[in-house]
Amino acid sequence: MRAFSTLLDRLSFTPSRNGKLTLVRDYLKETPDPERGWALASLTGALAFDAAKPSFIRKAIEARMDPRLFALSYDYVGDLAETVALVWPTKARANREPELSEVVDALRSASRREVPQLLERWLDALDPDGRWALLKLLTGGLRVGVSARLAKQALADMGHVEIAEVEEVWHSQRPPYEDLFAWLEGRSEKPSPNTLGRFRPVMLAQAIDEALDFAKLDSRAYAAEWKWDGIRVQAVGEGGRKALYSRTGDDIAQSFPDIVAALNFEGVIDGELLVVRDRHIAPFGDLQQRLNRKTIDGKLLQQFPAGIRAYDLLLDGTEDLRALPFVERRRRLEAFVARIRNPCIDLSPLQPFESWEELAKLRADPPEGDARLAEGLMLKRWDSIYEAGRPRGPWFKWKRDPHLIDAVLMYAQRGHGKRSGFYSDYTFGVWREDSKGDRALTPVGKAYFGFTDEELRRLDKFVRDNTTEKFGPVRSVRADNNFGLVLEVAFEGLQRSPRHKSGVAMRFPRINRIRWDKPSREADELSTLESMLNR
Amino acid sequence: MPKPNALLRPSPAGLYCPPGDFHIDPVRPVPRAVITHGHSDHARPGHGAVAATRETLAIMQARMGDGFAQATEALRYGQMIEHNGVEVSLVPAGHILGSAQIVLRWQGLTIVVSGDYKRRRDPTCPPFEPVRCDVFVTEATFGLPVFRHPDDVDEVAKVLKSLQQFPERTHLLGAYSLGKAQRLICLLREQGYDQTIFTHGALDEMNALYEKFGIDLGPLAPATTKKKKDFAGAIVVAPPTSIEDVWTRRFNDPLPAFASGWMRVRARARQRHVELPLILSDHADWDELTRTILEIDPGELWITHGEEEALCRWSELNGINARALELVGYEDATEGEA
Repeated sequence: MRAFSTLLDRLSFTPSRNGKLTLVRDYLKETPDPERGWALASLTGALAFDAAKPSFIRKAIEARMDPRLFALSYDYVGDLAETVALVWPTKARANREPELSEVVDALRSASRREVPQLLERWLDALDPDGRWALLKLLTGGLRVGVSARLAKQALADMGHVEIAEVEEVWHSQRPPYEDLFAWLEGRSEKPSPNTLGRFRPVMLAQAIDEALDFAKLDSRAYAAEWKWDGIRVQAVGEGGRKALYSRTGDDIAQSFPDIVAALNFEGVIDGELLVVRDRHIAPFGDLQQRLNRKTIDGKLLQQFPAGIRAYDLLLDGTEDLRALPFVERRRRLEAFVARIRNPCIDLSPLQPFESWEELAKLRADPPEGDARLAEGLMLKRWDSIYEAGRPRGPWFKWKRDPHLIDAVLMYAQRGHGKRSGFYSDYTFGVWREDSKGDRALTPVGKAYFGFTDEELRRLDKFVRDNTTEKFGPVRSVRADNNFGLVLEVAFEGLQRSPRHKSGVAMRFPRINRIRWDKPSREADELSTLESMLNR
Repeated sequence: MPKPNALLRPSPAGLYCPPGDFHIDPVRPVPRAVITHGHSDHARPGHGAVAATRETLAIMQARMGDGFAQATEALRYGQMIEHNGVEVSLVPAGHILGSAQIVLRWQGLTIVVSGDYKRRRDPTCPPFEPVRCDVFVTEATFGLPVFRHPDDVDEVAKVLKSLQQFPERTHLLGAYSLGKAQRLICLLREQGYDQTIFTHGALDEMNALYEKFGIDLGPLAPATTKKKKDFAGAIVVAPPTSIEDVWTRRFNDPLPAFASGWMRVRARARQRHVELPLILSDHADWDELTRTILEIDPGELWITHGEEEALCRWSELNGINARALELVGYEDATEGEA
């Protein structure tokens, strides 16, 4: 498993997406089956070993090493897997290094009792990087900054195909994915995606360019509906198989048993997953309480009930509707939702409008009710078919204008990758009155994009010229009532957050403008932000 | 036989030999000093008389100027001088060019001060020579079982493999200007890299000095240019602090690497935004420290600086009489230059 451990090692130190793509793509190209298939499975989160417990690792090292020496080592390194990988006493080539496929096969079929022995044998046979990879594999958390989607993108790059093609067939394939690799290397036909309950790649929208596009678009050719602020999902009922997918095809049924249990139809619905109470949607923050949960209790389901607001129908029974125009699919969707009478699923209403001007007014000032919580509007051509990916034109997203506040730059941190020579991560704050009535700045967010390269140079210089203190890679910058740099920050929304000192957390904050002209004392107050919460 | 601390004992300025009336690697100016090697935490200016290898003296002169000491005495490895009944000789330590262990003999007692040392082969200096003694005074920079340096050849090969995978990126190799940079360059040459290696100005002085002492570093050129693309796929060696700095903006999508034993620990590498950690050290790792101690089999072990606690515990488990001297002023060469 040397190639695999080298890959994980390099990935853990490579910050850039393109760098990671290159590493994974090259690995997949150069490594034989089935090892590369198991590596792909572990990178896409498809590998879990029930019999392997993290406590086995501690027990193994305690048997081999003086506890005091181990304690000193662990204190220094701070990570159990890494410490054990480094301190494990090496025997002079006790055993042959195991292959990744060997390790995976053994772990999948081993009982809990057998794992410690296997673990010891392998730790003896591997070098430090190999041990680290093994222990990461065992504990199930690779944590090398590679998402399932990135791994699939690397796979698509390797095979010179679009990622949508890979996603189309992914769910019908099982590790170590030999058929998939055979197809991508031109040795065989594309595998048939015909598995019941499989994921169908999602259609996405481009952001509209207000200046250019509206002049060319005929308002009568488009339908408008609100873009709900939840998670885009695909709910499937096919030949008895039920599934709930995220928009990248990840199976999220585990976190939403309430939805899955209620899937009472034969068909595929594309919609938005939200927390819904009495037919009214809740803000995104509520849905966050349900995401990525492995264990669900009744209380959670009661407090944050989930529902789907349906946008589109991809399959009606066994009939594939994707080649039909939107106007036709919409008619079928309306009939479908009415027919199934599912308590968790309702219809996303279309927003009627006469002209772009009228729609613009609605967007700026949405009507009372759910629309006020929407992210913006979706514009869909009535004649558009359902095609995977992000084609330009048939569908547009028209997000609401972001909120803007003026905040003062408080801290700056070095950037990563290409920006590691610059202080490009900025923490900014607003004014807050303390108990004595004095004003002090309190940090409310961090942003690292939104400015041009030229602006970055100026910002970096400002940071260096006005540093008051350094804490490792972080510098604190002079910021008081008489001096400070004001940044106009744009953000999508605000949530209450007990985790942040200010009590609020921003969504997608970015620097909109740098207000060199504005005095720091004129920056916004925390109370302004808090009033946004209560709206 | 006299007690060891009659021959050598810690003092505010560093290790002091009372009968010989001299210090070893003193941290403040003293009348007489014997210096193990040229790194700035061991070799300081302002002493009266300094004895060291001629390479160490040359390094001190280059870095600190002509008046770095009032008088100097160059000693060859193995050459013995005597002062007030104390015999002093230098043997190779294998750390950097000119590095030495100091052997003291007096009234039947032998104490060896290791200075900084390693056991790996180094193309730029002769290897460490173990000397039997009553007291072995050792450094403990990497004195934790987590530090086991991998093979030099494999580490350097990573650079060449990375150049193949990312041929448009400038590979910035951070290395201390004295010792590490020159060893790294030699190791690259040994693996067949014969193209020009670009260097940061801070390395020029020591590179020239090593060349003068007969170590061939191959074609080098300063890392100054007008166009970023001049450095696509090039190797640039620079001091560690500059690989994260403003200076790097001139390069094409730089890939920061850092050659240091500290790169063994992932958090340290990530903290410094190192994308390619090269675990290459001029100090002995845990296995080498413990092996060396067992090989020399001293009556007593004194630990001067580094990770003393673990080495003391190991000594206890192995029946060796050890104590930490807790000398201050000797950096583990993490942040600044050593």
